[in-house]
Amino acid sequence: MSKRILAAAALAATSLGLAVPAQAQQRIQFEFWYGLTGRLGEIMEEHCKRFNDSQTKYEAKCVGQGGYDKAEQNTIAAYRSKQHPTLVQIYDAGTVNFMLSGATYNAPDLAKDFDMKIDWSGYFPGISNYYATSKGQMWSFPYNSSTALLYWNKDAWAKIGKTKGPETIEEWWDDIRAMKKAGVECGFAFDYDTWMPLEQFSAIHNLPIATKNNGYDGLDAEVMFNKTKFADYMKDWKKLLDEGVARIQTAQTGKTILQAFTDGTCASMLSSVANHGVVGSTAKPGLNWGVTKLPVYKDFKRHNSLVGGASLWVLQGKSKPEYEAAAAYIQFLLQPKEEQWFADVTGYIPVTNTGYKAMVDAGFYADPKRQGREIAIESLTFTPPTAVSRGIRLGNFTQIRAEIRSELEAAFTGKKDVQTALDDAASRSNQILRRFEQTFKGKQLP
Amino acid sequence: MDRRATFSNLWLAGALVAPQILLVIVFFYWPTVQALYWAFSTQPPFGGTNQWVGWQNFQQIFSDAVYWNSVQVSIVFAILSTALSIGMALLLALMIDRQLAGHKAYRFVYFWPYAIAAPAVGLAFRFIFAPDAGFVSAINQLAPNLWNPALKGWDAMLLIVIANSWKMMAYNFIFFLAALQSIPRGLIEAAAMDGSGVLRRARDIQIPLLAPTLFFLLVINITESFVDSFGIVDITTGGGPARATDLMVFKIYSDGFKGLDYSMAAAQSIVLMFLVIGLTFVQFRYIEKRVHYA
Repeated sequence: MSKRILAAAALAATSLGLAVPAQAQQRIQFEFWYGLTGRLGEIMEEHCKRFNDSQTKYEAKCVGQGGYDKAEQNTIAAYRSKQHPTLVQIYDAGTVNFMLSGATYNAPDLAKDFDMKIDWSGYFPGISNYYATSKGQMWSFPYNSSTALLYWNKDAWAKIGKTKGPETIEEWWDDIRAMKKAGVECGFAFDYDTWMPLEQFSAIHNLPIATKNNGYDGLDAEVMFNKTKFADYMKDWKKLLDEGVARIQTAQTGKTILQAFTDGTCASMLSSVANHGVVGSTAKPGLNWGVTKLPVYKDFKRHNSLVGGASLWVLQGKSKPEYEAAAAYIQFLLQPKEEQWFADVTGYIPVTNTGYKAMVDAGFYADPKRQGREIAIESLTFTPPTAVSRGIRLGNFTQIRAEIRSELEAAFTGKKDVQTALDDAASRSNQILRRFEQTFKGKQLP
Repeated sequence: MDRRATFSNLWLAGALVAPQILLVIVFFYWPTVQALYWAFSTQPPFGGTNQWVGWQNFQQIFSDAVYWNSVQVSIVFAILSTALSIGMALLLALMIDRQLAGHKAYRFVYFWPYAIAAPAVGLAFRFIFAPDAGFVSAINQLAPNLWNPALKGWDAMLLIVIANSWKMMAYNFIFFLAALQSIPRGLIEAAAMDGSGVLRRARDIQIPLLAPTLFFLLVINITESFVDSFGIVDITTGGGPARATDLMVFKIYSDGFKGLDYSMAAAQSIVLMFLVIGLTFVQFRYIEKRVHYA
């Protein structure tokens, strides 16, 4: 009996073994790992399928990693054991790690080796500057790109007789307080994510987060966010919390800021434009909402906001056909038709000017369903990027975010004074930066 | 009299244990040696050239207030969750052992929680104890803000203690029940005939006779709560709020995998290893003396 099973298994194995190379001959396969999850993760799958259906020569095998940070961790672990994918989606904060890794097949080389048609100057400057090396080259291909916006509940604002979202932060606070008097219990929901309050806020106010132009000029940068207007901003948040007009909403409290906004509990939130589609599809029926550019303090001049999201990195150690397939995939994603489809289903912005123009011409942004998405591009391109509104290039930025997050938790729960918490976060962040510098001793940012 | 099975054929004996030894070396000693090497050097995330840094990683850890916080948090967690899980398991086992109505069904289901993966336990407890939306949110309807693990450190600690104990309780329960059932019925019946009540019998007969089991479970539970509590923390609190549940093992994970500082994580895991070895040693040295094996 058991012999027969064994024989059957062996037979199955050989037939599988025969089947696999036969298939591989037909199509060149390559692996692509992505970090997006939830609805956005499904869309990544669909994008792969569109590529696979569009031609017969290559086949993308797309594998979700369950989060941006996990995608980075898993890729590194896989690289160390030589099990890595050809192409991987790495979020903005992981850019430095990959630039210094020595594990990448850089975008300009790939483009040259495989004759890709890429108009490098066609990328939005806000995007290309963020990802560029000091020589102005991008080593990865910008993919899903977003920026932060203020989402506001029009019905709540109507209660205080306003039909426009706040322009300045002062106005925003006044509105929140006025709404409380008008019966809106929660005017603003926030969590501990630093991307909106620290990174985007600093960019639009043209404030540095770290010395050396936010780290672009060298690994010996030191953070300085505890000494800028950002500290006042956080003190304001704490004040709103104490007054009972704003609330902390996280998965642990039961509702994320997104859920608290879409079910009408809280009247405003800061979030990525990438959530525009999700807010639209999950908002409770009848909820009137809009988006506007992030408010600025009134004695500051508005600058461009930062690009967020992820770019595609090609890794070393793969075969030529695999690179060829990956190059074809990237080329496919950059077609205006694909850019538009992707922007439509998500809320992400197109990464190239040509893609954007094609979409404007096609009346994409005139559709009421997508109303407000053009504001993201307006925000991103508001001014040409300055030395600090260009982006952030700090080693181990994920960990720095985590330190700030922990200290903000301490501050918002009243364990520490806000300034002390930020000072502590800064000194811990600097330890992380020194540690990073030591680990990459002798290496320089490209 | 000491009777032992001996092998005259050493080669055969060696061949028989070889697979096991190989497994232990590959999955235990080799990683430990690797971790030791990393702990004394700096390891870049993508691998490559380590630089020898001597004791620097350890110095940095021991001079870090956040690290000491995580040690403290781990100890509190270990004590609370061991006490709760052993206490509850003992109570349940004593009840089942009395063969109350429905005891067979209970005996069957009490073991289940241990079969559930830690992240699933975490997810369930996160949902049950969510202050806005969970079952426990009813408390907040009565007394606003009484329960909020997202903002209050102690609530978060309590949450992971309960979740971990719930899981470990199942494991402890089986051991207690087996031990209770090996206590001769005659002893208990004799005591009952002498007029001692349920509590008295438990206190004077059953629990003292359970001492070896209790000791074994104490060692296992403390060790588990130090090294195996990661899954629950990751899902329920993520170490927060403000590091109130930043257990040592969770900090190792976040420094190593999130922070990509493998060397610092390796140094911390070496410290944790010695801590667990030390604790186990202390338990064997001092507590075991008071245990009588029948």
